[in-house]
Amino acid sequence: MPVLTRPAAPAPHTTKEPPAKPSPRAAWWRRHRFGIAILTPSLIMVGIFVYGFIGYSVRVSVSKWQGLNPDLSPRDPLYQTYDDMFHTPRFQADLRNVTVFTFLFLTLAVVVGLVLALLVHNALAGRTFFRGVFLFPYALSFIVTGVVWRWIFTPSTGANLILQGLGVEHGPKWITDPAVAGDVSGALEPVLPGGHFIQVELGIPLALIPVVIAASWQLGGFVMANFLAALSALPEELREAAALDGAGTVRYHWHIVLPWLRPVVVVVLIILGHISLKSFDLVYAMVGQGPGFATDVPGIFVFEQTFRALRYNTGAAASVVMFLLSAAVIVPYLYRSVIREKTR
Amino acid sequence: MSTARITLPSRRRRIRYPGTGPLAGTVALVLLAALFLIPVYVMVMAALKPPAQADAVHMWELPKSLDFSGVEQAWNALSPNVRNSLLMVLPATVVSSLVGALNGYVLAKLPFRGSKVLFAAMLLGMFIPYQVILVPLVRFLQSVGMYGTLQGLILVHIIYGIPITTLIFRNYFNQLPHEIVEAARVDGCSNAAIFLRVMLPLSLPGFVVCGIFQFTNIWNDFLFGITVVPDPTQQPVTVALNNLSGNFSVQWNSVMAGALLAAVPTALVYILLGRFFVRGLTAGSVK
Repeated sequence: MPVLTRPAAPAPHTTKEPPAKPSPRAAWWRRHRFGIAILTPSLIMVGIFVYGFIGYSVRVSVSKWQGLNPDLSPRDPLYQTYDDMFHTPRFQADLRNVTVFTFLFLTLAVVVGLVLALLVHNALAGRTFFRGVFLFPYALSFIVTGVVWRWIFTPSTGANLILQGLGVEHGPKWITDPAVAGDVSGALEPVLPGGHFIQVELGIPLALIPVVIAASWQLGGFVMANFLAALSALPEELREAAALDGAGTVRYHWHIVLPWLRPVVVVVLIILGHISLKSFDLVYAMVGQGPGFATDVPGIFVFEQTFRALRYNTGAAASVVMFLLSAAVIVPYLYRSVIREKTR
Repeated sequence: MSTARITLPSRRRRIRYPGTGPLAGTVALVLLAALFLIPVYVMVMAALKPPAQADAVHMWELPKSLDFSGVEQAWNALSPNVRNSLLMVLPATVVSSLVGALNGYVLAKLPFRGSKVLFAAMLLGMFIPYQVILVPLVRFLQSVGMYGTLQGLILVHIIYGIPITTLIFRNYFNQLPHEIVEAARVDGCSNAAIFLRVMLPLSLPGFVVCGIFQFTNIWNDFLFGITVVPDPTQQPVTVALNNLSGNFSVQWNSVMAGALLAAVPTALVYILLGRFFVRGLTAGSVK
């Protein structure tokens, strides 16, 4: 608001300080007691329900608690549950799956989002309509989309019906395919110190690919929306300057547009990355653990170990691993964007 | 189609891609939009098919005649859960938005030394995988007698909504000029009065953005619903839909109709208030 621009003469905050100064601590308290009173209940809630509960889960993860009766007595050695868990083929498959899924999903979603954003941004007409269509899946529940996509990628129907129409008799097995493509565990075994420790095929589980498609469909629009916001802030003069310098469309995009979007790519990768690491709903509704744990992820593992098998310590250990993975992504991001953020 | 490559500053605001006419982009957009709507097509068509046509082999066919028996079946199965979802989402959205407005006001307009660190510590709460707090959460709810109840679920959504609603309102209040607060203070307003008389009347757009965000988030939640509420009659619609879809005695078109029912509220909010939805979405990515 231009009306309210700062006056040049005495800065406004000097006027409200009383002439006879009370002690600085009392003044500070008077100024901030309202804010502190407001924030305190929320901070206590978050302190207990986030930090306290994470601490409790860490404690469960080093305890003997299996079965209905809580038993928080520690295991000996403390890390035994983690040790056992990392040796389980299922959890190894989970770590492989979540890594492969994250890599493929981030790549596809960012590419889809970028293509959509450039097309929508440069559309001749109907920008609002197209943006609306592409972002629509983001408003839906992962359960809804998981249920629908499951049918599209069920081999006896869905996508394979279309392939049949195109003359492909035996379409892919999609979500029922137990195969793992590009297994590198054999090649890794002599190289890795604990090579014999790996008990699963390290490659791309084919049943994950339909999930990657569904997830990119659901979040591609989110990526697009973030890119569109950045594109609308791209100064027109840059394009004119590039054109003056003789840059064609390709060079303009390569040297101006993509570097301009790079900070957004970082943010988007962090957001999608942490969503991917904790993915549960979509996989659970669409495929579950899959054939031979081909689509099992830590999110499902925690849920089933805790609430189905009642192995509380194993479930807690896996959840702590999930937490550490997402914290590794999120904490540096929060540090950079909140704590070191420039104040007005 | 010939294309003039941009070599001179031109008046055109849109960019042409080399080797393509202006139509190519539009054609690509239309094709991609059709591709994106495929799951919606499958869901809506299946829900409207007569029983004779209602199996997955006829997935891509248009309904031969409109028939609402699938929707009816799904409604019979899911309506108590739709009701649960509404009873959960409305109070949780309102309360968490109010808490967020208060916190956001303090963090944006009355910052103190250390408030940023506290805010960042609070924000971590919206990024954690909720799997890591489920066991203590369930035990806590059991100990206060709220396990398995809608009230318990509402409480959970309010608490874990604090970080995101605080973030949305902090960003919203940050956009309002700081001089408003200073002017009100010079006029003798207390911090509480500034909030009630100056900030609150200005914050309607913030409430719309935050409310939509929370409504969508909470309606679409699955993990809390399935772990905090074991009784199927008390579960929200997302959990009930997942149960329905895993039940092999239920017809395929009823499952699709059920998915449609679970999708309609958030879809409506999105279609009617899409502008605010986009704003909340970018607010959700911190900065």
